[in-house]
Parts: sequence; structure tokens; C-alpha cells
Amino acid sequence: MAIVIQIPTPLRQHTEGKDTVEARGATVQEVLDDLGRQYPGITQRLFDGPNLRRFVNVYLNEEDIRYLDNLQTAVKDGDTISIIPAVAGG
Amino acid sequence: MTSSAVRGLKCRLCGKSYPVQALNFCTEDFGPLEVDYDYDAIRALISREQLASRPKTMWKYRELLPLDGEPTVGLQVGGTPLVPAPRLARELGVRSVWIKNDAVNFPTLSFKDRVVSVALSKAREFGFRTVGCASTGNLANSVAANAAAAGLAAYILVPADLERAKILGTSVYGARLVGVRGTYDQVNRLCTQIAFKYGWGFVNINLRPFYAEGSKTMGYEIAEQLGWRLPQHVVCPMAGGSLIGKIAKAFQELTLLELVEATPWKIHGAQAAGCSPIVTAIKNGWETHRPVKKPNTIAKSLAIGDPADGYFAAKVIRDSGGWGEEATDGEIAEAMTLLARTTGIFAETAGGVTLAAAIKLIEQGRIGRADEVVLCITGNGLKTQDAIAHLLEAPAIINPSLEEFDPLVGDDAVLVRQAAEELQAAGV
Repeated sequence: MAIVIQIPTPLRQHTEGKDTVEARGATVQEVLDDLGRQYPGITQRLFDGPNLRRFVNVYLNEEDIRYLDNLQTAVKDGDTISIIPAVAGG
Repeated sequence: MTSSAVRGLKCRLCGKSYPVQALNFCTEDFGPLEVDYDYDAIRALISREQLASRPKTMWKYRELLPLDGEPTVGLQVGGTPLVPAPRLARELGVRSVWIKNDAVNFPTLSFKDRVVSVALSKAREFGFRTVGCASTGNLANSVAANAAAAGLAAYILVPADLERAKILGTSVYGARLVGVRGTYDQVNRLCTQIAFKYGWGFVNINLRPFYAEGSKTMGYEIAEQLGWRLPQHVVCPMAGGSLIGKIAKAFQELTLLELVEATPWKIHGAQAAGCSPIVTAIKNGWETHRPVKKPNTIAKSLAIGDPADGYFAAKVIRDSGGWGEEATDGEIAEAMTLLARTTGIFAETAGGVTLAAAIKLIEQGRIGRADEVVLCITGNGLKTQDAIAHLLEAPAIINPSLEEFDPLVGDDAVLVRQAAEELQAAGV
């Protein structure tokens, strides 16, 4: 399944400057793994071992994946995943 | 000039250094960036005597704030009263209570004027002409007012269901106000995307490292107003969790700079029961908070379900030996009226949260009966009047005649006589 991933500005140096890229997988985890295969350098910035880093938020369409099934959340064709820095607000 | 004391920005997780710029997170691990100071340089620049001679605004501590030049926005901000509250102390059964009263901060009656004046002064140094924020209300008011004074365009995004006073108190300044259908956290996420796309200066996004430093001045003022010493306890409301960390940082800096003695202090955090991710983390011994999807509380200014500084707030509380408590809507409203009746200070709902939490901390013995406590009041009750309307007696309505007035006093006189009779019967 092809999922669109929105890349925040500071990560675009690792995606050849692209603001959106496509990746494949049946879960958020698989899609982010595929993203990392296509663009080495992304994975270590998003993940600390098996877990997402503390200050990285991932959204499936408009929903924070922590309110879904986290990285195991199922995705379908046409979904959009957004990677958004968490250090904001307050 | 203060540029000499700022070394740059530094990631709070990995320590990577960055030059001063409008950036709030580390590009290696997304950790928050914080201003890095040369404290040896600052030590040579300030003393108690020198600080005492300066005008009573937050800018007296300018060497500890991250501007290159003189401030250009919010020159009158800060210097709010630290009010002794002996009647409240008796009511609570503790030795001493002080109210740090940012309900009368200038110009928009909340502590947010402190952070905004730093953020917008910095925005001007960076050359931004359009600024913005995601807000639960008080920040919206402050950005709108200070941007208007500075001639900056402002885009302000808030949850669409905010209190009317906070909506009108933003629009009046000519800011472009957008109400978003959703929670604050959803507003915040949208603002992060807007900041990336439009490149504006969002005070609590890309300007956040500078913005957050403004909160330290509340801590400096508390220490100076106590006669250059640190209080045993501080109770502070928590929304995004930044303020509590910055008050603690202020105490640590003053100690490092030897402006105060290194006496022990504890900092405690207060949240509403309908949105208490940080307090819940503390009570459960979790390293960090779990986000609350749908906050539900009358303390809308604190309704942040996924606090950006949740991890650091929980840590600073634990490290100080403090604790966290929460307050229900009923407890919040009761505490607002208790504060008003015993101190003459009308705080917004967040102030009710703070006092209600303090009451619980005292009952639990976490704040000792012989101790001294400072309550941080961060916003003004005039903005959240609906919260207490149901607790207050409606005024008697009469015609302009003495005959109609007399019976009102008459009722009271009966009560006084009955009380006297009861005392006599009891043999007092």
C-alpha cells in the first residue's frame, strides 16, 4: 500500500529536499521502516532503539498515533502520515 | 547589551550546540533547544545592589534574558506584587503564604506578558514582521496586545470554544484570530505545520527557546521580593509545563550567581482533574506523561493534554522533592472564591487550581504546617467570571429608599443577636 508521508523541514535534507514522499507497508511501523530504507539517515533521527523518540509525534491523517495503536496502527491506501516535532506550545 | 552572555542554543537531550536562530528543536533527535548562557560573564555584570537600583520590571534581569540588544516590546512588563496573605495562611493552617500576583501583569493581566515580551523583542531582532501563536487564551491576549503595540502583524490560533473574554480580548487588538474546532493539542499541531509553511515567528514554536526564558523572571522576582532568599515551597499551575521548570531554573541560576543562599526549596505542580497528565505521571512514578486526548475542565487555560514540557516538569518536581496535585471543577471554583475573600485577589480558574492543589498538599503534609509557601497566580479572574457565578449570592435589588434598605441590615442584626445569645448560653 502506498502511503504519503509529510516530512518536516529539518528532515528534508535526508529526503533530497522533498516535502512529501511515498512509502509502503501495512502498519505505521512498516511504512516508517520503508521510509528509512529509501532515505538512510531518517531512522536514527526518528527512533531511539525500537521506540519513537520522545519529542517526535506521528499522525495518521489527523490523529496522533498514540490515540490509535501506536506504531502498530494499520494503514490503508491513500492515508497520510505526518511527522511533527513535539516541542511546541504551552 | 546582553549578547556577550548568550553562547547560543543547546539541545536539552544530546547537548548539540546551535547558533542563535529561530529554531525550537534539535535536528538530530527533535529534543528541545534551550538558550545557553555564560554564567561567569553574567556574574561579573550583576549584583543585588545594582538590581535593586533598576526600575521594577522584568527587564531588570536583562542579563539573564536572551536578547542581543535592548528590549523593544513590553518594556513595562513584570514587577508584579508578591503579596503576603496572612488571612489565607490562617485558613489553610500554615505559617506563611505569599501570592505572586501576575493577575495584574501588564498589559494583558497574565504571566504570558513576560514570555511574549521576550519572544517579540527577539522576533524583531530576527526581522520577523508577522508573528503568531497557538493559545488557550492568555497567550492569545498577550501576543495580540504586544504585537499591536509593536506594529507587528499577528496570526493567533485558539480552540474555538474558549471563554468569550479571551476571544474578545484578542480580537480587539486587531489580531487575525482563528478558532479551530478541536483541542489545544490539535491547534498546536496545526500551528507547527503553519510555522514550517509560512516562516512566521510563532512565539511558542520556532521562537520558543527565547519565549520560555521570559518565565524565569517570575522566579527572580519572587526571590528578590522575599529579600533575596528562596521560599521553602512554590506551587505553580501547569499547562505545557514550561513555567514550573523556568521558575526552578531561576532559583538555580540565582544560587549559581550567589545572589541567594543555597537553601532547600520544593516546587509543586497543579493541574485540573479533567486534564492532569503531568500530575498523573508524578503520582504513578512514570518518567513522562501520557497524553490526555480530550481535556475536560473549566480551567481552559491549563487544558493542554500533551504538554511539550511534561517530561521536564515531572523531572524538576521530582528532583526538588515536590509533588503534584489536581483539582476538580468544584474545587477550582471554591478555591477562586476563597482566594478572593481572604486576599482580595481575583484569580482566573488556573489560580483556583493552584490554591486547591496547595490545600491538598498541606493536608497531606507535603507542605508542613510550619512552612512558607508561594502560590503562583498566573491569570486574572475577570477573564473567567463564568466559573464562579453560580457560587456567588446575587445582589439585593431595591428602590432608592431607606425603608427598603433598612430590612437588609435588619436581617444581619438578627444574626448578630442570635450569635450573642448562643455565646451567652454556652457560658463564654
